[in-house]
This record gives sequence, structure tokens and C-alpha cells, in this order.
Amino acid sequence: MSSEPETLRLAVVDDELGIRLGVTSILSDVTVEIPEVGSRVRLQVSSWADGESFLAALDGTAPQVVLLDSKLPGIGGMEILEGTLSGRPEVVTIMITAYATLESAVRATKLGAYDFLAKPFTPEELRVTVRKAIHHHVLAAQARRLMEENRRVRFQFISVLAHELKSPINAVDGYLDLIRNRLLGDELAAYGDMIERSSLRIGGMRKLINDLLDLTRIESGQRVRTLEPLELAELARAALEGQETASRALDLAVTLEAEPGLTLQADRMELEMILNNLVSNAVKYNRPGGRVTVRLARRDGAVELEVADTGWGLSRDEADRLFSDFVRIKNDHTRDIPGSGLGLSLVKKLCALYGGSVTVESEPTVGSTFRVRLPL
Amino acid sequence: MERIMSETTVLLVDDDADFLLQGRLQLEQLGCRVIEARSRREAVSILEGTRPDAAVIDLMMEDPDAGFTLAYQIKGRYPDLPVIMTTAVTSATGLTFEKVPGEDWIRADVILSKPVRAAQLKAELERLLGHVL
Ligand SMILES: Nc1ncnc2c1ncn2[C@@H]1O[C@H](COP(=O)(O)OP(=O)(O)OP(=O)(O)O)[C@@H](O)[C@H]1O
Ligand SMILES: [Mg+2]
Repeated sequence: MSSEPETLRLAVVDDELGIRLGVTSILSDVTVEIPEVGSRVRLQVSSWADGESFLAALDGTAPQVVLLDSKLPGIGGMEILEGTLSGRPEVVTIMITAYATLESAVRATKLGAYDFLAKPFTPEELRVTVRKAIHHHVLAAQARRLMEENRRVRFQFISVLAHELKSPINAVDGYLDLIRNRLLGDELAAYGDMIERSSLRIGGMRKLINDLLDLTRIESGQRVRTLEPLELAELARAALEGQETASRALDLAVTLEAEPGLTLQADRMELEMILNNLVSNAVKYNRPGGRVTVRLARRDGAVELEVADTGWGLSRDEADRLFSDFVRIKNDHTRDIPGSGLGLSLVKKLCALYGGSVTVESEPTVGSTFRVRLPL
Repeated sequence: MERIMSETTVLLVDDDADFLLQGRLQLEQLGCRVIEARSRREAVSILEGTRPDAAVIDLMMEDPDAGFTLAYQIKGRYPDLPVIMTTAVTSATGLTFEKVPGEDWIRADVILSKPVRAAQLKAELERLLGHVL
């Protein structure tokens, strides 16, 4: 819990001097704890005898909480609520009403008042109601911030996605244009490379779309998961075999060091995705004649799954960014290696589903070790 | 315009192998000599020893704005060297890089969206070089 309390402004608008003085003195030493967000709130109270002067001051520093008398000499509390405060969701309004007009209290709530206090009220009633309003204000503000952040993240995701989808289309489009203009003459054979490159780019785009669908299914929890005891060594072996062509092309030495009989209650496809992505990276980003080592062990109530390579490695800063969507490290060694940059973010999300984690240790030019921990 | 017979050298910078190949073919078709670079850094080191007649550079390379930085560096060294920037960013992000007169924080002479058509590249190069290719 943070020690420095946050100060919120509360305005009391009432033509009765007694109410203004009473509210000010009762609330001036109230502190509200909001355990949900770990904060403490104190109040700074200002008071107004009529609606006009309150409204005039509203555009300077608006209060977060308003105690508003429904009956005021000039412009009434209801009018202020309806005309001004209902358009400001960040201001929490408590209507002060008379017992006789319970109906108006109901109307006030419909107009957007958060709560109401019936006159006469006790100091305790006042404290309870204001505490509740502050609670509401703090949590609502938090929710608004999160929504804003979500919107921003989504916009960024879609911008990057659009760019990632556009590059292959542009590349293919460019080749088609050259072919259409017979840049290399009339012989079809001359365009073999362009056609080959175009297919490759389209293949990459198809993979991106499939990865994206996997990612979305996992994030939204749509996929039906079947948890069953899985033989980890067997899955690791299959992942290595899946990369056999690629690892042979680079002449890599591949080893599996597995504790015998290690099983984990998990969804087969999810575990395959984790292993395939890590092994495929260890192969793709390796150097000719390098090594890939997969180790499986039980440690501290978890399964530890290590994929180590002797590739180009990563700097500290690169290693920190790696697990985010679409991040690809571009340098002389990796530039021409195809990939969507979604593999590791998928791995990270999958590990989270099991309450586990994925981390990387790496040294540039020496190699990297990715370590997944999944609780047993 | 007067036809200049000496060869025009163009520095072509892109981190995507396909755009590099396409740009090279297009430029060679125009009779240009092409020097390729795959990153801003590589381009800068080439520029230390060579002054090309024009540069065609991609925006997003090792950093999302590597092209802007590179254009700045090129113009700092050779203020008169024509710089054409190519990008796929424009419509993807909703950002536009229209050159606003008086607001020239973008140091490229022209920005073309990808894929770049041969005719368009030819027209812009001739305009900026002041001679027919
Ligand atoms: N073992 C590794 N060694 C060095 N760099 C790596 C390694 N694994 C990943 N990287 C770097 O991290 C980036 C992100 O990896 P990630 O698996 O998320 O995407 P990708 O391999 O590019 O594409 P894909 O979605 O096809 O897996 C890679 O582009 C690469 O630059
Ligand atoms: Mg990968």
C-alpha cells in the first residue's frame, strides 16, 4: 500500500451554511483506502452557496466528487446534474435531497447521479456515502485508463499487422509489374526467380495468417484444450525431427538430454507449439556446423525445458524485446531468414496458460538458451 | 533537357531482398549503375567513400524510421544529392508523409509508396537529376 495519500477534490454545493460547514469539517480528516489499486485517498473540500458560482469555477479545477443540493436558490441541483455533470463521467455526483422528495432522488440517479443523501443525515451516513463514491471514482478512473491503453495497444497491433501483410503483397505486386512489362524479355524462363520469390513471399504471408489465428485462439480461450499426461521426451524428439531438413542444411549437431519418464499434464498441441517454435528458432538462427541441445529436467516442482543453440545470439536489449508481437531482430545474419515474429510471443502466452514462464540467456556471437518452466 | 551520356550511379538501400532486386532491375533497365546497401549503417559507410548521383532508400529498416535518419545523413554530407524515399507505411498506419511546403523535417525530395512502378521511378529520377535517363 502506497504511503503517500492521493488528494481528491470534493465540492459541496448547498445554500445551507450549516451543511457546508458540517460537511467540510466531517470530511476534512477522512482517509479512504482502496485496496484494489493499493492507494489511499484524502479529501480537499471546497464549498459553494449557489449553483452559479459552482459552475463558474468548474472549468478551472473540476472536483472529482460533488455533493449537490437538489434545491438551490438560483439554478437547481437537478439542472446542474442534467445540463453539465451528466456529460462528465469523471465527476461522481451525490445528490442531497429532502426525505419528502424521494422521487427526485430516483430521478437524480437516472440522470447520472451516483448516489444520494437524504437530509438530515448523520456524520456517519455522510462518511459511508462519500467513501463509496470515492471508491467508485478511483476504480472507474482505473478502468478508463485500461480501456484507453487497450485501444492504443490494439491500434499499434493493427498498424504493425497491416505493415507485415502489406510487405509481401507489395513484393509480389512489384514482381508482377516487372513481368507484365517484360522487363527481361519474352522468355518465361527468365522470370523463374521472380516467380519463385513471389511464391515464397505468399508462403510467408500464409504462415503469418496462420500464426495470427493461433495467437488469437489462444488469447481468446476459444480453442478446446485437452489436458492429458504427455511424454515430454517424445514431443521434443518430434520437434527436432520436424526441423531435420533445415538442421541438415546447416550441418547442425542436434542432441536431446532428457530425464527419463518425464511427463506433464498438458494440451498436446500447445506443448508442440512451444517446442516447435523454440527448436525452429534454435535451428534458423544458428550458424553452419553449430549445435542445438534440448534438455528436459524436473526442478523445484516444475518441468524445465531448455533449448540451447550456438547461433548469433542476442544483445540484452534485443533479448528484452523478443517476446512481443512481430518483433524480429534484423542484422546481417537474420535478414533473409523468413519469419513472422510471432513465434516467441506465442510461446510466452502459452507458458502463461500453465502458470509458467519463458526466459532467455544469450551472448552475442556465442549463442542463446531459451528456458521454459512449467509447474508440475 | 539535355541527354548526359555518362553513367548515373544510384545508391539503393532496402533491407528486403525482393525490393532490392526489383529496384536494381528497374534502375539497370534505365541504364543506371546500382550500388546496393541492406541497412542504414551499410549505406552510411558506402557514402563515406562514394558520392552517387542519387539515392533510393527505404523507410523501415533496422529501425522503423531508419530511412528518415539516413536521408538526414545523406543531405548533411551531400546537400544536392537527390533522395527518393520508398515506403509501404503510408496507408498501413494512416500516417501520411505528404511533403508540406516549409515543413521539411523529412529530408527526402520525394516519397514513393511501394511497390514503386518503373515509369514513376524514371520520371522522378529525371526530374530530380535534371536530365533524361
Ligand atoms: N535462438 C535464437 N537465436 C538468435 N535470435 C533469435 C533466436 N530465437 C529468436 N531470435 C530472434 O527473435 C526474433 C523473434 O523470434 P520469433 O520466433 O518470435 O519470430 P520469427 O522466428 O522471426 O518468426 P516465426 O513467427 O516464424 O517464429 C527472430 O526474428 C530472431 O531475430
Ligand atoms: Mg520463430
